[in-house]
Amino acid sequence: MLNYDLVVVGGGPAGMAAALKARECGVEKIIVLERAETLGGILEQCIHTGFGLHYFGEELSGPEYAAKFIDMLKDTDIEVKVNTMVLSVSDDKVVTAVNTVDGLIQIKATAVILAMGCRERPRGALQIAGTRASGIMTAGTAQKYVNIDGYMPGKKVVILGSGDIGLIMARRMTLEGAEVKVVCELMPFSGGLTRNIVQCLDDFGIPLKLSTTVIETHGKERLEGVTIAKVDDRLQPIPGSEEYIECDTLMLSVGLIPENELTKQAGIALDNITNGAVVNEMRETDHEGIFACGNVLQVHDLVDYVTLESQIAGEGAARYILGKDTEEKVYINTTPENGVRYIVPQKVNIKSKEDIKLYFRVGAIYMNKKLTVEVDGKVISSKKKVKLAPGEMENVVIPADILATLNENSTIKVRVEE
Amino acid sequence: MYDIAIVGAGVTGAMTARELSRYNLRIALLEKCNDVAMGATKANSGIVHAGFDAAEGSLMAKMNVEGCALMPETCEKLHVPYVNNGSLVVAFSDDEMKHLEVLLERGKANGVPEISILSKEELLEKEPNLSPDSFGALYAPTAGIVCPYELTIAAAECAVLNGVEFIRNCEVQAVETTDECFVLDTTQGKIEAKYVINAAGVFSDDLARMAGDDTISITARKGEYFLLDRAVGNTVSHTIFQCPSKMGKGILVSPTVDGNLLVGPTAEDIDDKTNVATSNSGLNDVRKYAVKSVPSVNTRNAITSFTGLRAHAAAHEFLIGVSEKNSRLINAAGIESPGLSSAPAIAKYIGEIVKSVFGEIEVKADYDDTREAPVRFRHMTDEERAELIKKNSAYGRIICRCETITEGEIIDAIKAPAGARDVDGVKRRTRAGMGRCQGGFCGSKVVEILARELGCEINEITKFGGNSNILFEKTK
Repeated sequence: MLNYDLVVVGGGPAGMAAALKARECGVEKIIVLERAETLGGILEQCIHTGFGLHYFGEELSGPEYAAKFIDMLKDTDIEVKVNTMVLSVSDDKVVTAVNTVDGLIQIKATAVILAMGCRERPRGALQIAGTRASGIMTAGTAQKYVNIDGYMPGKKVVILGSGDIGLIMARRMTLEGAEVKVVCELMPFSGGLTRNIVQCLDDFGIPLKLSTTVIETHGKERLEGVTIAKVDDRLQPIPGSEEYIECDTLMLSVGLIPENELTKQAGIALDNITNGAVVNEMRETDHEGIFACGNVLQVHDLVDYVTLESQIAGEGAARYILGKDTEEKVYINTTPENGVRYIVPQKVNIKSKEDIKLYFRVGAIYMNKKLTVEVDGKVISSKKKVKLAPGEMENVVIPADILATLNENSTIKVRVEE
Repeated sequence: MYDIAIVGAGVTGAMTARELSRYNLRIALLEKCNDVAMGATKANSGIVHAGFDAAEGSLMAKMNVEGCALMPETCEKLHVPYVNNGSLVVAFSDDEMKHLEVLLERGKANGVPEISILSKEELLEKEPNLSPDSFGALYAPTAGIVCPYELTIAAAECAVLNGVEFIRNCEVQAVETTDECFVLDTTQGKIEAKYVINAAGVFSDDLARMAGDDTISITARKGEYFLLDRAVGNTVSHTIFQCPSKMGKGILVSPTVDGNLLVGPTAEDIDDKTNVATSNSGLNDVRKYAVKSVPSVNTRNAITSFTGLRAHAAAHEFLIGVSEKNSRLINAAGIESPGLSSAPAIAKYIGEIVKSVFGEIEVKADYDDTREAPVRFRHMTDEERAELIKKNSAYGRIICRCETITEGEIIDAIKAPAGARDVDGVKRRTRAGMGRCQGGFCGSKVVEILARELGCEINEITKFGGNSNILFEKTK
């Protein structure tokens, strides 16, 4: 059994930022376990730009953003094991992993940071009728085939779902010479960033059909076409609105799910809206010394926010490991209300000496509405927003001086209002 | 020249090949697809029926009861998962309770052991998630569940290890009958065989006709299913049937050997014997009728849906035996449910037929009717895993995260006798890609491993043979 102060599960942007922050805060023995061949996570296949505008103040590609952190890691004595899959994290923080070099590894950790990222929602769960032809894949899989393997996964493409990866792939496939016929979105609004709709669809004349879904796939071997249809308010296909579209590829970009199998296995409480762990303001789960950050905690819109969140987790883990975490703790829950779907962190320590930022998403498109924060029945802030959309993460700050006035029965509520 | 060509590598063909491989005969197992188990075998309920459905005195009844009894030992020898979970036919009215009596009597006449009728209270005690509207049930403790394609893959491996030649992508397009043999004109060239065993599933009438036997007529009867996540896999522990109708045994709800919950099938006769598309109406029917017996079944938990085709003969009877029109053609046609349950018995029955037509045949001294257990990393203890990786480091590389499948297992599946040649073949043998992400992460890695092991480019790799390639040409 090996011993480490901190084991970070996942070497994507979240895991790297968390490990670096913990190191900066004085944690000595740190190891990052990454299942892929390289560090960087999904950024490695995101060769488009748009990363880093907030955090670095410059526009980087995914691999460039990752490279900055990979370089910073190299300058430290943080250990990294790639091609290493974590199989379990036990209650007493023993991490079991395998790789081809070391075989089965067991590590006793003082603290663990979970940074496994997320995965794409697959087709099966969508229950589209039709054949089992080849050519039906998630947008992320298609992205890997094009950007990493260098092969075309399709020539005539229909994209279902307007999540960011789908939008990015609409542009990418077009640039590679494929014909992207349409992007269909079940909801009356897109789940992707506005800038991606403009830069990836509008600029290339690719139609986005809202309130539309794919109801059937055709073709016995390779996909030959799909039937799309408009949906009603209850998201049910409207008879008579069916349209056949010839295509050899159906890409799915219908949402991301945090990959919390290890978290569940460890018995850590999950939030059934975010599908990530329930955490406090330091991103510590209900298991002391086990933290979570990045897309495994909540699906983020921008990697910059993943970095910021992971630094919080890294600092939290450092305080825990170095025993600086002894101040009194009194937790109260944060409550999402009207229009706000969830809040991360789900609970905050009112004895915290620092401002606490609450991150959340809204459930629908709102124009010219106010984002209101209410503490103990008093509105502490109410900001007018021109547009709120489910595709974009929002945040509000609870200042430390307000926290200082709270007790264990206090309430913190965030809502959308007129 | 082969002594015997078995046409069709579904469960019937593969189990028959294994049975016949004990004899000193030259046998070919021909399959039109890129893998075994690609027809009715791939997509059915995976139920080992007890044997009370088929008419008394029928071959179907005899094969079913015998097959059900043989299944546990067969699965043990082949290291295929089998669970003896028992089945319940649930009645929802007094009329249906009366029908259970009919099934009970028929079952007894067929020789089904230990069947009985349960009261509502007894039923709900066994299965608390069943509908409170149920009246009672017929309980058959000998029924079980098995993975149909794993059984077929294992049987084919066993057959090949005993000397059977497996020829894939080999569709019989014409049959010529000479004085000594059949000449099969196939997509792999001409193949000569003294005898042909027709195990061609929904196409068995077409094959018989090519060989001069026009007495068989097969209808493809489509059945649609949902497979639900393991999170709801323990909703019921027995296989739950509704009272049967003319079109079959109704919508069942059953656990699978892999811990998922299976819901289906519909029953619809169709003209196109290659149409395995699911339909909105069919899937809606499954949703609608499943909740009648198990109200909590929610297809929002579905991880996939699929369609299978039953090879339905008008007489609803197994048509097994030497053809009346051609004495060197042995038919195994009309093998619909309970065909899987019957497979071990059908194989033996055909074995007897083969013995009678060949006269004395020598049994091979080294015949082995077992198959070694494949490596299943996910079921091992950490100590076993450590040992395994020491022996072969490929078992230290996890390819499928959802199901914890290693590169070593995938290589084993490709290198196995009658091994995997495509992505779906790897999936059926290893479960890689069968989990929650449905191959989102591991699909491209499986393609890479297949290309490397088979020595081809990754854009030559298919999902399931034919033109089901995954990738086109290289990017610009």
